[in-house]
Parts: sequence; C-alpha cells; structure tokens
Amino acid sequence: MAPARSSPASSPPPTSLDGLVAAKEIVIACGPGGVGKTTTAAAVGLQAALHHGGKVLVVTVDPARRLADALGLEGIGDTERRVPDDAFRAAGLKPRGELWAAMLDTKQSWDALIRRHAPDERTKDEILRNPLYQNISGRFVQSHDYIAMERLYEIHASSTYDLIVVDTPPTRNALDFLDAPERLADFFSSRLLRWLIVPYRSKLVNVATRPFYQIADRILGTQFLADISEFFVLFQSMYDGFVERAQSVTRLLSDRRTTFMVVSTLEAVPLREAEFFADELTKRRLHLGAIVLNKVLPGYFTDPVATGTAAAMKEQAADLAAALAPDLAAAGPELGDEETIRRVLGEVAESFLNFHVVANRERDERAHLAVAPEVLCAVPFFDTDIYDLAGLLRLGEQIWSG
Amino acid sequence: MSSLLDLRLVFVTGKGGVGKTTVASALALLASQRGKRVLICEVDGRGDVAGLYEAPPTGYQEREVLPGLFVMTMDTEASLREYLKLQLRIPVVGRIGPLAKAFDFVATAAPGVREILTVGKFCYQVRERQYDLVVVDAPASGHIIGQLAAPQAINELVKVGLIRSQTDWMLDILSDPARTGLVAVCTPEEMPVNETVELAGRVRTETTVALRGVVVNRVLPELFGRQEEAVFDALCSARPRRRLDGLVGEEAGTVLAAARLAVTMRRTRAAHLDRLRAGIDPAVPLFFLPYLFARSQGLRTTRQVATSLGEELGF
Repeated sequence: MAPARSSPASSPPPTSLDGLVAAKEIVIACGPGGVGKTTTAAAVGLQAALHHGGKVLVVTVDPARRLADALGLEGIGDTERRVPDDAFRAAGLKPRGELWAAMLDTKQSWDALIRRHAPDERTKDEILRNPLYQNISGRFVQSHDYIAMERLYEIHASSTYDLIVVDTPPTRNALDFLDAPERLADFFSSRLLRWLIVPYRSKLVNVATRPFYQIADRILGTQFLADISEFFVLFQSMYDGFVERAQSVTRLLSDRRTTFMVVSTLEAVPLREAEFFADELTKRRLHLGAIVLNKVLPGYFTDPVATGTAAAMKEQAADLAAALAPDLAAAGPELGDEETIRRVLGEVAESFLNFHVVANRERDERAHLAVAPEVLCAVPFFDTDIYDLAGLLRLGEQIWSG
Repeated sequence: MSSLLDLRLVFVTGKGGVGKTTVASALALLASQRGKRVLICEVDGRGDVAGLYEAPPTGYQEREVLPGLFVMTMDTEASLREYLKLQLRIPVVGRIGPLAKAFDFVATAAPGVREILTVGKFCYQVRERQYDLVVVDAPASGHIIGQLAAPQAINELVKVGLIRSQTDWMLDILSDPARTGLVAVCTPEEMPVNETVELAGRVRTETTVALRGVVVNRVLPELFGRQEEAVFDALCSARPRRRLDGLVGEEAGTVLAAARLAVTMRRTRAAHLDRLRAGIDPAVPLFFLPYLFARSQGLRTTRQVATSLGEELGF
C-alpha cells in the first residue's frame, strides 16, 4: 500500500509573505518602536490589495504625516476610508482589490465602546462626563492597547473586509496589548473592585477591609476614593458586556485566521526585544507568521571582493588619483585636481569600510536569530523616506514573494 | 544659560529606537568623569543601562558601577514601600501582599499614582542631595508627558490627602529650570523629528518642565564638499569607473555605489534636521552625535558617545 499522502495540515508552511497573507484574515504587525512597523503594515496591505484582490484594510496608529496623506488619512479620525483611485493611478498602479485605511483614535473608540455597552442614557452620560474616565481614555497607556484590539475585533466582526492589517501601538512593553483584554476582564471581576465599591453603596465597612480604607484614605483622600467608586459602580453595569467582549477579542487573536508579523531592525536592542516578543507569541500559542527585518544594509557591504577593492582604493588613493586625473580633466578642467581626487577616493573607500563594520555585525545578528518564523524577510536600507504609494510598493516588493 | 550638567535632575526621552538609553548613559558617564556624583535611573527597566557600563543588572537599590556613577532600576512597588515608610511612617515588613494588590489596582484605575511614585522618587533624591546629578532614562516620548505632568494631574484630581500635600514640593523641583530639565533624543529621520517637534510643543503646554536640549543622534558624516562632489560624480561616469576597475579590482563600481547611498542618506537626513531646527524654540540648543560605525554596544560605545557629547557641550 502506498504511503498515505500527507494531510493538508502538514503541508509545508508558506515561504513568502504572499503565501502567508493569502490564507489569513488578520495580520498584526508588532515589535519595538522606531523600526518601521507602520510603513511595513501599509506595504503589506498594499501588496495584498494589488495581488490578492478583495477589500483590504490597514489600521494604523500613528502614521507619518506624509504617509497619512498618501493614504488619504489626513485628519479623518478613525473612520475607514478607501485609498482613492487617483493615488493609485499617480503611482502607475491598477490594484485588483480595494485598499482601505483607518487611523486609530483612542478617545473616539473608547467613547463608542461606552455608548455600545451602557445600559441606559443616564449611565452613558455620567461615564462620559466622569473625570476619571476622561483621564483613563485619554492618557492611560494601557487603554491604547486594549482599544486597538477591541477595534480590530469590531472591524473583523463587521465582515466588511477580506484582510485586515493592524499596526499595533508602541507600548512600554511590547506584549501589553496581548494581555490587555484579559487584564480588563480580571480587573472587573476582582475582589478589590468590590471593596472599592462598598463604601459608595453603604457606610458599612467591615473589620477586614477597614485597614485598607484607612490607608487609602490617608494617601488619596476620601473625595478621590469616592470618585473612583462612582466610576466603577457605573462601569459595573457594563461588566458582562465588557468581559464577554474581552474574551472574544482574546479568542480572535489566537484564531487560525490571525497571524503575527514581528517587525524589527538588526540593531542589537530592538532585535533582542523582537526576539523576546516572537518567543512570547510562540509560548502563548499565537501564530508567529513572519519576521520582517527593516533597514538592512545592502549585501555588498559584506562582499569580500568589494571590501578588498575599498581597502586597495584607500591605500593607493594617491597613485589612483594621478592615474585618473587626465580622464577627469578631459570631462572638465576643474575636475582634474589630483589632490581633490585623492581625497574623494579616500572618503569613498573609508565610507565603504565603515559600513562594512556595521554590515558584518548585522549579518552576525541575523545568523544567530533565536526564533524561527514561517517567513523571514529583509528590507534593504532605502536611501530616502517612504511617503507615498510608490515608496510602499518599493518596500512591499522586497518582501512579498520571498 | 548654565550647562546641562549643572542641573540636578535631567529626564532623557525620545522615540523608541533612537538611542535614548545610550545617550542617557553617556550623559551620566560624562558627568561622573567630570567629578560629579551621579545617579542614573532606568524607568522601563530591562537592565539595558547597566549593560551599557558592562555591569551586571541592577535593582531598585542603587549600585556604584564606575567611580561616582550609580545605577538603579525603577520599581514602583518598592518605591511605594519606601514612600509609605518615609512619608507616612507606615512600616511595611516583607512584601506588601494585599496592599500591593490594592496599590496595583488603584494605580491602574487612577492615572498618575504610578507616575507620581516614579517622579517622586527622583525628586526625593534631588531634595536629599545625595547626588550632584540624577539622570533619568525616562519613558519614550509618547509616555513622558504623562509622567512629568503627573504631579499636576494629581493636584487636579486629588483635592485633599497626603499625596496632595506631597505634590507641592515635587512641582517646586520640577518647575525650577535651574534644577530640572528635559533632554529629547532623536535621529535625523522623518518620524523621530516629527515626534520631537510635537513633544517640544506638548512639554511647553502640558508640563512645567523645561526642554533643555535636543540630542540628534546618528548623524552621518558629510563625505564631500561641493567641489569634491563634482569630482565624485565624474568618477562615477563610465570611463573613469572602468579605469578604476582596472586599477583596483572589479568591484570599484560597487564601492562608488555604496558612497552614493551614503551621500543620499545624509542628504535626506539633512532635510529633516532643517525641519527639526525650524520646529523647535531657537533657545533650545541642538547637540549632534555622529553615527558610530561600531561593532556592538557596550562600555566602549558609551565612552565614545560621552566624548562626543562632551565636545558638543563645550568641554
């Protein structure tokens, strides 16, 4: 009997972003700050819209102004907008599908959440007016993490898009946003919350909790404690809705249709953080689909022949200048000065040898990468910023087909 | 204006990935080299600071890693314990247990409590005068405002209580430009520059802390002057390049292309620097640190950055 054909589940994993993204509904771009996460997410969304068709949405947190401009996102809050055909035409592109973009506005999203979950008008108004709520929704760091995932869930549940690419907010700890839904659920079911709410309901404080209030009173003052209580009594009415929602968000993150794309550079600090992050994803049984390494120096910087040429150029700069002077003088009399040519050759060689040191370190880092995603790709150092569809295209093409 | 190193408390911030921790470590090292007793505090503690001095990871208890240079890692629970003991005279033995949970809860619910314990610790160090200079490797620019504005936010939210009375002397220290200052680190790239300009505006309107300087990190060297660039362009044309190939080996074209990349990169970045200068109050100085073509990060790099920083500060 012939050996059984391997089941589809054990077929080899995709080796390119193209293959990876084709099978997913959600791609979450994450990683340390300052590595080009937003740009990479946008570039992946663009490639998907170009090649896979359907409706693709890129949700970004804080895009560079010119990038926001290119995507038609300037000043629109968190409504989803379609990237206009004109923008594609200007870049000489004819996408098979539609590219949509949205910018995450934490405050607006929180308010929308309250409106949805509040049991009645009065509760809704009181929460929206509560100074503590305004503080939390506006400034509170973790609220960004939670709301990003919440918004993702909402958009996915609307089943409007074939693919959603999400750029995660820069967090103090890259993992915060993964825990945010769960933490919020914990938060609402904690005994402490009940403790805090008790004095608001009745003046009856039992012996066990009295020391807690005495200390809290001394530190925070009674009025503030009452404010907190009021806030949570109001929130309590939305408890079920919130916890259920938080659990659904967690389920969506670990769903087979969701994959994570860790973005980093090859610099030591961001790379360690990205490795740690990738490791945690695996531990949580979340899908580590790809690692994208941005701003990688061109491969020629580690090429031994080129390096030898640069070294020779530096050493023999004076002789070379003498040999080249007639050629250059023929192009323009002011170009034939031997001393200037020698200096230029020296600088050119020196620059190469400098970057050679950095490129070697990068190569070493890459070779010893401690995690194994399905897809690993590198984006070369672009000499200019990426701020339009053409730039996104250039970046996307580097990583799309592997 | 007095020098950065004459301040008592310096917060160093910047967008992720621009080298904020390296600059903070270098600044502290420079001050210690100039005879000051310096404490550097890491807020988002991952032990990076100690690593930049080739020292083992540090905890909440400060440790001298180089002569006159002390390192500590911020830990809000430990700070709370210290606070309770010193300010409220509530002795806490061992772990705080349920109180820590209560604290965690309140700190999560009430924005500002965690921040004030952090900032409070630094202000306390300044008030106690155990160090000439406290350098804070502060949160990234997205979060620093919340931290620096915390004493004021608490003042608005908490009307009475001990915390309220604490915030007054903290605000005194934070608002005093002779004692406290903020340094923003950025690189000459689009997003870091945008964020720095935005930060400068928010620091002015939302906090009482003075922005005392912007450190521009990783500035690429200028390869050519104008005349030299014309020669470089000519070298890149077909005939001279072929001759060069013949003289030094086949890859001369690659070496020239690499230099072209370096020139373009520098030029793109220069435009961002112009934007930075235009977007920041002219009274705030910019300090430039060169891109380091180094093998790795460590004490050697930190020393190099400290030396460059010293030159920029006029030492």
